[in-house]
Amino acid sequence: MKSRNAVIHPGWLRTMHWLNALAVIVLMMSGWRIYNATAFLGFAIPQNITLGGWLGGALQWHFAAMWVLGVNGCLYLAVNLASGRLRHKFFPLSARTLWADLLAALKGRLAHADPQHYNMVQRLAYLFVMLDSVLLLVSGLVLWKSVQFPLLHELLWGYEGARRVHFFAMAALAAFVVVHLVMVALVPRTLIYMVRGR
Amino acid sequence: MIIKTPTRLAIDGDAVLKEAVNRFNHASQSAQPARRDFLRRSLTLGSLAMLTGCTLVDEASVETALSRISRMNDEVQGWLFDPNRLAPTYPESMITRPFPFNAYYGEDEVREVEESSYRLEVTGLVADKRKWALSELRAMPQIDQVTRHICVEGWSAIGKWGGVSFARFLRHVGADLSAKYVGFKCADDYFTSIDMPTALHPQTVLALTYDGQALPPKYGFPMKLRMPTKLGYKNPKHIQAIFVTNTYPGGYWEDQGYNWFGGS
Repeated sequence: MKSRNAVIHPGWLRTMHWLNALAVIVLMMSGWRIYNATAFLGFAIPQNITLGGWLGGALQWHFAAMWVLGVNGCLYLAVNLASGRLRHKFFPLSARTLWADLLAALKGRLAHADPQHYNMVQRLAYLFVMLDSVLLLVSGLVLWKSVQFPLLHELLWGYEGARRVHFFAMAALAAFVVVHLVMVALVPRTLIYMVRGR
Repeated sequence: MIIKTPTRLAIDGDAVLKEAVNRFNHASQSAQPARRDFLRRSLTLGSLAMLTGCTLVDEASVETALSRISRMNDEVQGWLFDPNRLAPTYPESMITRPFPFNAYYGEDEVREVEESSYRLEVTGLVADKRKWALSELRAMPQIDQVTRHICVEGWSAIGKWGGVSFARFLRHVGADLSAKYVGFKCADDYFTSIDMPTALHPQTVLALTYDGQALPPKYGFPMKLRMPTKLGYKNPKHIQAIFVTNTYPGGYWEDQGYNWFGGS
C-alpha cells in the first residue's frame, strides 16, 4: 500500500530537475541571442526575451550553462539507469496504451490518481526530452569542436547540418517545455511534488 | 508560462540550487534602493533577473564570473585540442563565391597596404628578429588548402588559401616553440593571439594568396593567418607584426568577451 506521504520524487531527482530547468532556460535564452547574430532561418527572435545583451555576452552565458546541463544531465541519466528508475518508470512502452492515453488526454480525462505511475504519454514525453537533450549536447559539441569530433561531425551532416539539428532540437525542447508547463498548470499538485517530493 | 518555473525555484528547498541562486544574488541584498535603476539599465541580465525573481545588482561581478569561466573553457579547449587532427578539406567546386567580407569595420574602410614599403616584423621569443619583405615569404615553400571558415556569428563559407606553413616559418625564425602564445598586430589596428599548439598545427598557414591570386585587400593583403581550426575572429588580416610571448596578449574581440581559444 502506498501511503499518502510516500516520496514521489527523491531529493536527488528534484535537485537535478531544477538544475536542469535553470540550465535549459539560460541555454535557450542565450542561444536565441546567438541565433540572432545570423538568423539563418530568416527570422529573428525578439531581443527582449534573449539573454546576454550582445553576441559575446550570450556566448559567455551559453558556454557557462552548458557545463551545468552537460554534467548534471549526464549524472541524471546515469543515476536513472543505475538505480533502475529509468526501466521501471518509463518502460514498458505500449503503442495501444499510448493511443488510449492520448485520446483520454485530449478529452481531458487522463487519470492522475497515482502520481508515482507515469501514463504512456508522460513516459514518451520524458523519454523524448532525454533523447532530445542528448541530441542537443551532441550537436552542440559539433558546433563547438567540429574538428575534434569527426565522427559526430559526419553523423550530423557536417557543421551546417549540426547548426540546424541544434536549432530544431532546441525548438522541440521548447515545445516540450510549453506542454510540460501547461500540464503542470492543469494539475498543479505535480509542482508541489517536484518541490517538496511528496 | 516560462516565467513561472524559475520563480518557484527560489522557494524550492534544495541546497544546491539555493547556493547557485545566492551566488548570482551575491551583494544584491544590501542594495535594494538601486533595484529600480538596475532594472532600467540591465541589458545583459534583465531577462534572467526577472525570470529568477532575483535582483542582480552587481552586474560587474557576474561579468567577472562569466569571464573567468570563459578563461577556464580556454584551458579545457587546450586539453581537447589534438594537434594532429585535421579540419575537413573540400573540392574547389565547393568554394563559396563570392566569399563574404567580414571585419570590425565596413568593406569601404578596407586598409590598403603598400607592398614596396611593407616589412613584416617578428619579435619576442625568437632568435632571428629581422624584418621580412613579401618576396622573401613568397620564396619559401608554399602550400594551399580549401577549408571551411566558420564565423562566431554562426555562418560559414568555404575558401582557398595558400602561403607558408606557419610551423615552418616559426621554426625558420628560431621561435621558442615552448612559449605559450603567438600574438599578431595588424595594419587595420586589429590584434589577436593564439596558443602555440594551434600555431604549429599542420593546417595553420601564413596566407599570401586567396583562390590562387595574391590576397586582395578585402581578404587581408599582404597576409593573413589562416587557421581552419579557429573561428574567423582568430584569423588576423593585414598582419604587420608577429610576436612570441609567455604573457597573455588578449585580442580586439577577446578583450570584449569573445572566448580567447575560439576554435575547434
